[in-house]
Formats: sequence, structure tokens, C-alpha cells
Amino acid sequence: MSLTEIAFYFLSFLAIFSALAVILSKNPVYSVLYLIVTFFSIAGHYFLMNAQFLAAVHIIVYAGAIMVLFLYVIMMLNLNEEQEEKTKNWVKIAAVVSACSIMLIMVSLISKSTYNMGKAPMAGDAGLVQNLGKVLYKDYLLPFELASVLFLAAMVGAVYLSKKETSKS
Amino acid sequence: MDQIIIYKIILCAIVFVVTLGAAAYMTWGERKLASWLQDRVGPDRAGPFGLLQPIADGLKMLFKEEMIPTHSNKWLFILGPSFFMLTACMTGAVIPWGAGFTIDGTYFPMQIADINIGLLYMLGVVSIGVYGIMIGGWSSNNKFALLGALRASSQMISYEVAMGLALIALVMLTGTLNLGEIVAQQDADYAYIVYQPLGFLIFLICAFAETNRAPFDLPESESELVGGFHTEYSSMKLGFFLFAEYINMFISSAVMASLYFGGYNFPFQHELGLEGNLLSAIQTAVFLGKILIFIFVFMWVRWTLPRFRYDQLMNLGWKVLLPLAIFNIFITGLVMYFTGKL
Repeated sequence: MSLTEIAFYFLSFLAIFSALAVILSKNPVYSVLYLIVTFFSIAGHYFLMNAQFLAAVHIIVYAGAIMVLFLYVIMMLNLNEEQEEKTKNWVKIAAVVSACSIMLIMVSLISKSTYNMGKAPMAGDAGLVQNLGKVLYKDYLLPFELASVLFLAAMVGAVYLSKKETSKS
Repeated sequence: MDQIIIYKIILCAIVFVVTLGAAAYMTWGERKLASWLQDRVGPDRAGPFGLLQPIADGLKMLFKEEMIPTHSNKWLFILGPSFFMLTACMTGAVIPWGAGFTIDGTYFPMQIADINIGLLYMLGVVSIGVYGIMIGGWSSNNKFALLGALRASSQMISYEVAMGLALIALVMLTGTLNLGEIVAQQDADYAYIVYQPLGFLIFLICAFAETNRAPFDLPESESELVGGFHTEYSSMKLGFFLFAEYINMFISSAVMASLYFGGYNFPFQHELGLEGNLLSAIQTAVFLGKILIFIFVFMWVRWTLPRFRYDQLMNLGWKVLLPLAIFNIFITGLVMYFTGKL
């Protein structure tokens, strides 16, 4: 096995293990910490595919910003004894049904796909900053700008919602 | 190829040792400088001029009793300071410490990882540095430690935003995220402080906030809180938290020197008539000198300015620095457009 293959299997194992640990651990803080490990292993996969920019942004945005806020909120909420909320039976049944249907879709997709792992995972420079920037700002300028306007709208909405709440209380 | 790998490992070790040694002697320097500013003698018992004081402090930390609070997760409690220390040391990998040496026709660069996303790597390490504090504070099972951790992490998140935006204006000028190239560009042209004075000011303030140094040392604020996120820590685990602060200071000084003050370049370096390895050695020494000046500024500010109040801290971060950083990007874009650089 080459070094990249070893790295691939190690990262895959880590990603699956930590993703399972996210849903299996009782304490929500541990779930968040395992989710961070999952994000790191996925960033490692990006590195293996030579998509350095995606890997760095994945870490900065997901592990560095979003998960910090998640952890923040959960630590604040989790100050008292954990009280498990009772969910109604029909909610449980609905959750099981929807999860099973997602599972079915994924299984059918996987069974139809052909495995062909690239022989040289480190090759290809589509993920480098220069190439990605050129593609984003030349070929896909309009969708990119529209997405950023969407983000701006979401941000303004979040600020507006939080403002409204403080003026009420 | 093997030669380069062995060399990189050696360089890693050298950078690691230099960082730790510098951080150790920064504790001594800080106390000496504080005593100087406050008109007293400072540490002078251990060795000449108190030079053995860092070793004495380290030994003291090691021999103190280790405490792990009950009802706390032991692994996370240990992970907190370890992770904080790890992230503090990681940024040193992308900093170009010198122009590199040529021995027997083989080129040895003075940069551990010459990756083309150096700046993003740096921002990523800064952004995950919060976890050490949060994990440590939460696993202490102490409400004061938790509140301290929340304070520290919200401060660090807030100032990361302005820091990233200040760097975007710089990246607009450089056109690259590679730290080595950014430093090399400042050899041909002026140092980027000339083009980015406002960006540097924002970056400097954010660096103070990110390293939890006064006037932004609210996470610790020893005179008003119990002690912040490391209330429950003792022995070398506390030492790691305190020590990592000095490493962070050293590394952020190196980053500021290389991004805005020309890194290892110095004025008239090509008129000296020196060549190759000798010039490179002088350049590395000059770079370390620049770092020392920034460390002095860090300490000078700490012993001069009083601490911010928490609402002032948040106002400064979100309502002053963030708009200023966006304004800086706007101005940079305008100037670049009208000077035809765009």
C-alpha cells in the first residue's frame, strides 16, 4: 500500500467512526466534538485530492466557525441536568420512515455506481486557489454572486430576528 | 528527495526548539520589562540578571501537585491544554524564516511547508485554536471556568472576522496566499505597511485580542474574575495554557513582521555586496530582530494600557474594526483600480 492509500483508509475509518460516535454519544458536547473530528477527516480527504483550498476553507468555516458556535450554544444550554425531551410516538415513526427511505435511496445509488478510485489521488490541480478562483469568477460569476446575495439576505434576516427579540423583552 | 525530508525534519525541530526557547525567555523578558516600567528590579536571584528564572519557573510548574477535578472528563481535561499548545505551535510551519541556504548546489529553504494556501492555513489554525480553551473550560466542571471559556471564545471569534477581512485587503495587493511569495514581493517593492497602514493597524489590534493579551486579557482578567478558563488547572497543564500565550505572541509577531514589514528582507540588502549564505544568515537575524521589536510592543502595551470593559471589547470588534476593515478593502480596491493594478 502506498502512503496515500494508507492515509485514505485511515481518514475514511476516522470519518465513519467519528460520524457514528456523533449519533451514539449521549452527551451533546461529545457529539459536537466528534463532529469536529469528522470535519477534520473530510478536510484530510480534500487534501488527498489536492484540493487544498477546499480543505482549508472546510476547516475555517465548518470546524472553525460553525462548530464553535454549536459548541457555544450547547455548553450554554447544557448547564443544568440533562433532561431528555419526550418525543411523541408518531414523530418517532415518521423519523424512522424518512430515515429508511433515505437509506433506500443511498443503497440504490451505491449499488448502481461503479467504483473506480483514481490511481494518483494527489494529481489534478482543479482544487488549487488559482484555478478555483478562475472558474468561480469567470465561468460561474452570476451563480456565485447570487449565492452571496442569498447569504447577505440570510445574515440581515438573522440580525433582524435577534433585534426584534431584544426589543420585546 | 530523502535528503530534503531529513532536512525538513531537522528544520521542524529547530523551529520548535527556537519557538519554545523564545517563549521561555519571553516570560523572563516580560518580567524584566514590567519591573523596568514600574521602577523596580524584577527577577535577579536565579543566575546572572535572573537569566535562569524561566528554568526555575518551569521546574516549579512541573513539581506542583496535579489536580483533576471530580465529575470532569479526564481526557477532555487533558486534551484542552494539549490542543491549545498544539495549535499555538502549528503556525510556525508556514512562516519563511529566511531566504534559504545553498550547500553543494542543493537548495535548503528556510520554510517548513511552502504551501500555496499559507495564509488560509494560518487563519484555519487561529480559528481552531478556540477549542483548546472551550474544551478546557467546559471539562473543568466549574461554572467560573465555563464562563471564562465562553468569554474567551466569543472574543476570539469576534476578532477573527476583522482579522480575516484585514488580510483580504492585503491579498488583493499580493495576488497570492503563499507567505513565501508575499515576503519575496516585498524585496522588489516597498514593505506592505506602506500600502496597507490601516490593514496593519486592524491586524495588530486583532492579534492582541487573539493572543488574549492586555488590553484584551478579559478571558483571564485576574483582578476581577476568579481566573477565567484555567481556574481549575494546576501544575504543567496550567503552565501549558500560560506558555502557549507566549508562543502565540511569538508566532503572531513573526506573522506581522513577514506580512507587513518585509519578513527577512531589510533595506539596501543588495547594496551590501554580500552573497548567498552569508546574506541569508543576516536576513534571518534581521527577521528575528523584527520579531523582537513586535514582542516588545506586545509587552509595552500590556504594562501601559488598562483592560477594556467587556461591552467595549465587543463594540470595538464589531462596530469599529469590522467596518474599518471593509472600508479598507473598498479603498484598496479603488486605489488599485485607478492606478491600473487591477
